[in-house]
Amino acid sequence: MNIALLLEMAADAAPDRIALVCDGKRWTYGDLLAAARGAFEIIQESGVEYVALLDESSEASMIALFGAALAGVPYCPLNYRLADEDLTALLSRIAPALVIGDEERVERLAGDQGHTVYSRKLFTLKSQETWPEGEEREYDPGEGIAVQLFTSGTTAAPKAAILRHSNLLGYILGTVEFASADEDDAALVVVPPYHIAGISALLSSTYANRRIVMLPSFEPEAWLKLAEEEKVTNAFVVPTMMSRIIEKLNEGVSANLASLRAIAYGGGKMPREIIEKALALMPKTGFTNSYGLTETSSTIALLGPDEHREALASDDPKIRARLTSLGIPLPTVEIEIRDEDGNVLGPNEPGEIFVRGEQVSGEYKERSALDAEGWFPTRDAGYMDEDGYLFLSGRADDVIVRGGENMSPGEIEDVVLTHPAVGDACAVAIPSVEWGEAVGMAIVPRDGHEAPGEDEVKELVRTRLRSSRVPEKIVYVEELPYNEMGKLLRRKVKEILAD
Amino acid sequence: MKPGTRLKSAACDTEVMVIRTAGGTIECGGAAMAEEKPADAAALSPDHSNGSLMGKRYVDADNAYELLCVKPGKGSLSVDGVALVTKDAKPLPASD
Repeated sequence: MNIALLLEMAADAAPDRIALVCDGKRWTYGDLLAAARGAFEIIQESGVEYVALLDESSEASMIALFGAALAGVPYCPLNYRLADEDLTALLSRIAPALVIGDEERVERLAGDQGHTVYSRKLFTLKSQETWPEGEEREYDPGEGIAVQLFTSGTTAAPKAAILRHSNLLGYILGTVEFASADEDDAALVVVPPYHIAGISALLSSTYANRRIVMLPSFEPEAWLKLAEEEKVTNAFVVPTMMSRIIEKLNEGVSANLASLRAIAYGGGKMPREIIEKALALMPKTGFTNSYGLTETSSTIALLGPDEHREALASDDPKIRARLTSLGIPLPTVEIEIRDEDGNVLGPNEPGEIFVRGEQVSGEYKERSALDAEGWFPTRDAGYMDEDGYLFLSGRADDVIVRGGENMSPGEIEDVVLTHPAVGDACAVAIPSVEWGEAVGMAIVPRDGHEAPGEDEVKELVRTRLRSSRVPEKIVYVEELPYNEMGKLLRRKVKEILAD
Repeated sequence: MKPGTRLKSAACDTEVMVIRTAGGTIECGGAAMAEEKPADAAALSPDHSNGSLMGKRYVDADNAYELLCVKPGKGSLSVDGVALVTKDAKPLPASD
């Protein structure tokens, strides 16, 4: 089956309903389906191997997603924030592609790679004009790849993760009830188009027949204004966006968010301080933490609105700690924690998170990462408590192995962050002649505070944890390197410590 | 027949996508479904006329068959005469 079926069904059931609001323009499901069918004609004609997007979110990203699906060509939205060199390399991996967006940049970086390039405006216009209404077309049956996303590459070079039509449909059909949205429902989509949450947001809202309100580029005041104007009911944000929205509200920027029933967040670690503030500032809004990966077609575990409120109100440290958990696995997937030898671990034992289910692709262009039984090793390190709540401690690749002892950077960072003069901290492995690896630490002093001395930091770790966790090298920096989704780039911290 | 096949009812407007199937006959309104509509419509059996609902998934007791209704109609879905039942999605609290 083809993911374009989701749009076809929406257009069949509610052709005149508003599907998308972007830059003040409104698109009905009927409009979008007609444009996707027009895009099919353009893509077929061009004979390309990929349809790529090098642009912010717009109607073109939706038309390209479904148009590429109809044509049976993988849709590959690219991160336009990448440096020229990295982008050139990615473009060469998908040549020849039909690239929509920044014409000048594609020409400059990859003019000799055989791409067909359209500006956003021209692609949209041509798609609208090209559908030969009434003519029979043979659309792709959807047995292959729907979407290819390059992973953000926080630890290594970006991998080409593949999502088949069956993975994405497995996720949507299992978690969204068709046409379940009310006519007034609206989802504010601000995640970039090259992120899995950006793809799943379009698919879920389309199938629910929920109006998508797109904010192509995040800016907290614009977000608040749009949420008020469009009477947005649902929104998804990454932690850094949430923190900036809260900052604005605290500064006294007023916005009527009475319609905003639900905010979901994910894509990075949410600081406890921020989620607690958000819960207090928006007492009537339901918050959901959703945990997922590109390779799992989005969400595989979540902490729901009631669990947030319950955790916030609880005096029991165990229940309160759930505020920092990933919640419990979706009923449509299975999750296990395993040790390095592949043994399944019990409650509270830390290991690597494994997941299995229809929505789990676990597949890269070069190889599949699934084991013989279909389990995907997420490379995320974590544990599950006795009630089934999943906790994340970091990437498995970030684990510091000192003299055979595995140490999670998160554990050390959490302790150092309790120091009142520490604003942010990151622990990484540094080479050690004696131990193989040792702990290196980058510390950002808190604004208005004198940086804590090295001995003070070491003593804190020694007393709260144990001596093996004590950082061997400490550097002080003005800020830590985060990507635009709020993911800490640990490999860059390693570079800083190597200097 | 393979998953992804679109079947049409001979007795009403119902159309389904096949998600999972075994060897039996998939029917709607009491008549076998096929990729093409027959020239003459079959009669709607009163025993299989509870209707099909757009966007609902229909399964048998053993979970060997799963159909997604993509066009609703007056006939209800069955396999070898045994009625299928709806399978609900487990909606997320709007996490996307």
